[in-house]
Amino acid sequence: MDILVCIKRIPDISGQITLNESGTNIDDSSLGHTTSAHEECAVELAIQTAAATGGTVTVLTLGPAEAVEQLRAAVGVGANDGILIEADNPEAFGPEDIASIIGDVIRDRAEEGQNFDLVLLGNDAADTGDFQVPIRLAYDLEYPVLTGIQTLSATGGSGGSGAIEAHGIGPAGTEAFSLELPAVIAVQEGGIDPRYPSITGRMKAKKARIAEYVAPEPGAGNPRIGLELPPEKASAVTILGEGRDAAGALVDILEEIGVIRS
Amino acid sequence: MTLVYVETDESGQVQLTSAEALTFARTNADVLAGSVLEAAVIGSLTESAHKQLAALGVDRIHHLESADLEAYSAAAWAQALVDIAPETGTVLASGTPRGMELMTHVAVRIGERMAANVVAADDEGLLRQVLGGAAFERLRLGGDLQVLTVAGHACNPEETTPTTPEVLTHSPEAAEEDLRTRVLRTEVETTDGNDTTGLTQARAVVGAGRGVGSENGFGEVLELVDHLGGALGVSRVVTGLGWRPHSEQVGQTGSRITPDVYIACGISGAIQHMAGIEGAKTLIAINTDEESTMVQRADYAIIGDLHEVVGAVNEEIRNRRG
Amino acid sequence: MASIPAQASVVVVGAGIVGNSLVHHLAELGWSDIVQVDKGPLPNPGGSTGHASNFIFPVDHSREITDLTLDSVRQYKELGVFTQSGGYEVARTQARMQELRRRMASAKAWGIESHLVTPEEVVEKVPFLDPSVIVGAFWTPSVGVVDSVGAGTMMRESAQKKGALTVSPNTEVTGIDVEGGAIARVHTTKGAIETDKILIACGVWSPRIAAMAGAAIPLTPAVHQMISVGPVPQLAEQTGEITFPIVRDMDTFCYERQHGSDMEIGSYAHRAILHEPDEIPSIEAAKLSPTEMPFTDDDFDPQLEQALELMPDVLSNPDVEIRYAINGLLSLTPDGAPILGESPEVRGLWSAAAVWVKEGPGVGRAVAEWMTNGLPEVDVQGADIARFHPHQRTREHVQARTSEAFIKTYGIVHPGEQWNSDRNVRLSPMHEREKELGAVFFEVAGWERPQWYESNAPLLEEFGDKVMDRTAEWDSRWWSPITNAEHLAMRERAGLVDLSSFVIFDVFGPAALDAVQSIVLAQMDVKIGRVVYTPVLDEAGGFRSDLTIMRLSHDRFRVVTGAAHGMVDVKWFADRLPKTGAQIADLTSSWTTIGLWGPRARDILSQVTNADVSHEAFKFGTARTIEIGSLTVLASRISYVGDLGWELYVPMESGLKLWDVLTEAGKEHGLVPVGLGVYGTTGRIEKGYRAFGAELDSDRTVIEVGMARPKVKSQNFVGRDAHLRHREEDPKAILCSLTVDDHTSASGEKRYMLGGEPIQSKDGGPLVDGHGHHSFVTSAGSAPSLGKHVLMAFLPPAEAVVGNQLTVVYMEEAYPVTVASIDATPLFDPDNESIRR
Repeated sequence: MDILVCIKRIPDISGQITLNESGTNIDDSSLGHTTSAHEECAVELAIQTAAATGGTVTVLTLGPAEAVEQLRAAVGVGANDGILIEADNPEAFGPEDIASIIGDVIRDRAEEGQNFDLVLLGNDAADTGDFQVPIRLAYDLEYPVLTGIQTLSATGGSGGSGAIEAHGIGPAGTEAFSLELPAVIAVQEGGIDPRYPSITGRMKAKKARIAEYVAPEPGAGNPRIGLELPPEKASAVTILGEGRDAAGALVDILEEIGVIRS
Repeated sequence: MTLVYVETDESGQVQLTSAEALTFARTNADVLAGSVLEAAVIGSLTESAHKQLAALGVDRIHHLESADLEAYSAAAWAQALVDIAPETGTVLASGTPRGMELMTHVAVRIGERMAANVVAADDEGLLRQVLGGAAFERLRLGGDLQVLTVAGHACNPEETTPTTPEVLTHSPEAAEEDLRTRVLRTEVETTDGNDTTGLTQARAVVGAGRGVGSENGFGEVLELVDHLGGALGVSRVVTGLGWRPHSEQVGQTGSRITPDVYIACGISGAIQHMAGIEGAKTLIAINTDEESTMVQRADYAIIGDLHEVVGAVNEEIRNRRG
Repeated sequence: MASIPAQASVVVVGAGIVGNSLVHHLAELGWSDIVQVDKGPLPNPGGSTGHASNFIFPVDHSREITDLTLDSVRQYKELGVFTQSGGYEVARTQARMQELRRRMASAKAWGIESHLVTPEEVVEKVPFLDPSVIVGAFWTPSVGVVDSVGAGTMMRESAQKKGALTVSPNTEVTGIDVEGGAIARVHTTKGAIETDKILIACGVWSPRIAAMAGAAIPLTPAVHQMISVGPVPQLAEQTGEITFPIVRDMDTFCYERQHGSDMEIGSYAHRAILHEPDEIPSIEAAKLSPTEMPFTDDDFDPQLEQALELMPDVLSNPDVEIRYAINGLLSLTPDGAPILGESPEVRGLWSAAAVWVKEGPGVGRAVAEWMTNGLPEVDVQGADIARFHPHQRTREHVQARTSEAFIKTYGIVHPGEQWNSDRNVRLSPMHEREKELGAVFFEVAGWERPQWYESNAPLLEEFGDKVMDRTAEWDSRWWSPITNAEHLAMRERAGLVDLSSFVIFDVFGPAALDAVQSIVLAQMDVKIGRVVYTPVLDEAGGFRSDLTIMRLSHDRFRVVTGAAHGMVDVKWFADRLPKTGAQIADLTSSWTTIGLWGPRARDILSQVTNADVSHEAFKFGTARTIEIGSLTVLASRISYVGDLGWELYVPMESGLKLWDVLTEAGKEHGLVPVGLGVYGTTGRIEKGYRAFGAELDSDRTVIEVGMARPKVKSQNFVGRDAHLRHREEDPKAILCSLTVDDHTSASGEKRYMLGGEPIQSKDGGPLVDGHGHHSFVTSAGSAPSLGKHVLMAFLPPAEAVVGNQLTVVYMEEAYPVTVASIDATPLFDPDNESIRR
């Protein structure tokens, strides 16, 4: 099964966020870049599924030239090659644009003879959280789509004729789906542990084959007007004390809330 | 007109999140062009749900029930919603996984844009959560019909003068291709592996972060969980290190929790984690660093080593029990 | 919230290894009311200590750094946080093997056990290393790793237990008040602290804090990339943090260090990635810690490949994963040395910055002693913050030099190595003429100084074999036989030397005499017009400097000293002036100096002046103003090259005119322009003149260097008591001049030592003096007038016998040498007839 995984270069934030001067984006000048946890799981799922079915994994991203780092990182953990759709201003693209550009590239690859049986994406991007590209891409390709998927088990072979069973967490428990391929699946973290790159993997990543496309001008564009940070809340913390001496005060509070089992 | 997709639980009660979404729709009726409030319920519509919807000010209830909709299939359910959607106004749902998925399908099917996790709407447009709630995006969707989801805790459910909603019953048939993504079966697991309800339902959650030190460092924390009859929640670092399973992860890519009290032990407060705990009513931090985000955001804090403090808290609880 | 004390004897900023070691040593030395702040939490506040690799290789080419490292190791051992692992520095190339042989010289000179070993011997201890990749290695058994955070915590807590220290983590310095040129107050996020001393020990943030007081700590945060891979099965079977020796792959600028079942790979091979102190992310915004910046894969990939070559079995295992990767920040300075001591810009602002984990505790002790007693026990003058000339404190200079130096962290650096960046900052008025003469410029303190003149190449033919040419590439790198030819021409006829780089300052005012009298060893109550060459001592009687002082009038003394060390001298004098009655004026940029020396010097000078410059009328050791054409020139009859002549001082703007006048007049006398190669090495070494920083430093007494005068002046001066005591004691070492008897190496090529080589007994045994120092070459150079290569070295007194046969070890081969002088008696012209004629 040949799998395409779409990933996105995002700033690696874990603490305080600062915005750029125009307030339209995050100031990422002192930040590293990474991909979302969901996407790391998507890559891992793709690698395992491809290995189980004797297929390949291609990673794709739409982003600036530097986004090739994220493609290489995916190759470093086992993807076979990458596709960079270069866009200097990725923030100018809305989810509709991104889905349709990826759809065009997938069709273009198909014309070149590279057919993907399965397209994986992250459930949502950790930065914009739009939740839309997987579904919009599926409509663009006229493929069935699932979201919130944590594990996959392939039930068919290569060539678009296979099927796959997918599992995700629903409101009442783990839901199982069976899909004819080709299909689009949005992956959610939690079902699988992504691996770290090995040194040989990293060596391979360096030499990875990256096909390059140039993104067309955005169509629908990004509906964003600007970003805002929540007002910094003055801390209202009551320090109960230091060390074990403060335990009594804490138990008092837990009793008051009424959560200690009798 | 505003159409709200309403989720119900196994007992047929309206979900809290859907109640929030309905309240959001009603209180923002002006900006959403939704002077008439409609609710769509797929599956059974219980008497108590009917009452709840009335109390929340719903003018009309669409009750959709058919064999094709019995098992969940996003495409089929979305088409059923599209078929009853107004020409202008707003279609919305709460920002749950189902809500997100259905609203995106709806938006694509009617050719509109979609905004996820909206927290406010005014004349300048919509404000939605991004970065797991650490920042907001202001945007304008345009179009005749706005499609959006409402972020959890964007507002508190508020009852209003009860209405007497009329109920319109539909029995939609789905196209074959919309049934391709139907749920085949649902496995309810009770083992520690996938008990997703424990965390989100617990009244008390004890959180543990990198500060526990190692895979074997959870002794005190688990004892406290036991004393509180609560649940253990951990930071992404902890699951990343393989110390605890992902099902216990709280945060942007884990569970979002709404306990009465959350006790964060040795968690500094990375934004991914804070995104999951903003629904906690009382936040208590145990941390060596007084300046850490977690302590600063907490209601109460103890400065100190978590093993020492939690150990002493357990001891105190045992003593008081006698 | 704990409040911060309103007053402190000193505020220590930083709780990394340096700050923690400092508070410990200050408390040990009796300080109380110390306040230590750090903007981060404890025990790891997020600075460079927190991500340090924590290994220590003791051998460095610098003796000062080696001393600090050895003291640090001793302290780490006392704290029980040192684990000895041994360490290999492996060579992949023959050029690197030569460098390792040179490293052996440093190891022997500093008395550290090291051996050169074969690849097979390396594999015995590091079985996963591929021996076919390397040609040999340098083994140091005493290499080890430390727990720097643990050590720092213990040291901090020891000061707290003494009741001497209040620690305030999560406290950021927000401002510093300076009143009357001195520290008055430190503002923090937890309140203000009244204090007259702030000690900045916060690594990469130090420039930012110093700038709050208007002072400079010229360092830059720079990236050192590091990854950790694991789990490595070959390591997992071992117990403990480290069981295999650390490997430094010297040709690829990488190291591989075991850490439990993981392997850390660090690199200095990538491009220099510099940051601004103000742009380091805050603790809140940083993903790991502020100094663990996002890793940039591309920069590290080549190193990864090289590491793979060296340890293929371990690193090609697909299960060995890259678990942690950072661009770690560390501090770099323009000259590579730490920045220690009190700022010359603000009184009470102390720096202990740009210090590595391997030197941390040693620096802590030294700076604490310095703050307490006015000087540290070990010599740290090369790290003195006062050393920087103004241009060296600029961002531009710091960035240019650190970028250039970055790859030298493990690079092969020739002792004569010149910088390429930030050149032509200070040019003498004669610069254009010098360029026309084909001057090869060496840079010191920003000054472009002619080292030799290509226009003198014809002299090579004139002097033939006497120029003592060298064939070995290393020996002749940054060197030319033209220097020796210039030397011979000067000795035969006359030479003209551009000495514009001198640091010149006047001490003047009614109390000027008392001031200089109290600072220097020599009697300064001399006739107006006398020129006095004098040591400057510290309280312990060690050398602070050596310089000349001209008494220009009853209340004005002109001090002339070298460019490299001059800024430190200015501060040393300024700090010791009386409160009123004497002032200092730095005239370095006002005066240029041209040296005119050689047997024909008087003929040339008398041709251009009407002044009587005869031996009787213008005695040696005097200075006076004379007219040369329309120029008024301060002429000083002294010599550092051992020949008749003068230093001629004119205002900068007249320097070119003077040069041209002298050149013109000198034509018929065979005057040649002479470079600093003669002034700094050949001229002085055959005269046995000592140089500060080579022979003279704070570890050496006046007696040991043979510079004691018959009597000690009755007036008090800094170091007098110690000096008197030294005169009563037998010296522990004696500075000698030695000549090399045979230069022929095993390959038959003649080799010439460059300095730093160990001196051994005839049979190869080490020579250890009364200080416990091993004997090594402090200066080396041609003595063309003697036809010899001369070495200077401190020998144990028993070995300091003229005619004593010893050996010098160069590139791991021994060459015979003979002790030629055991006091300041020059080898050339021992009776100084050339000067006094």
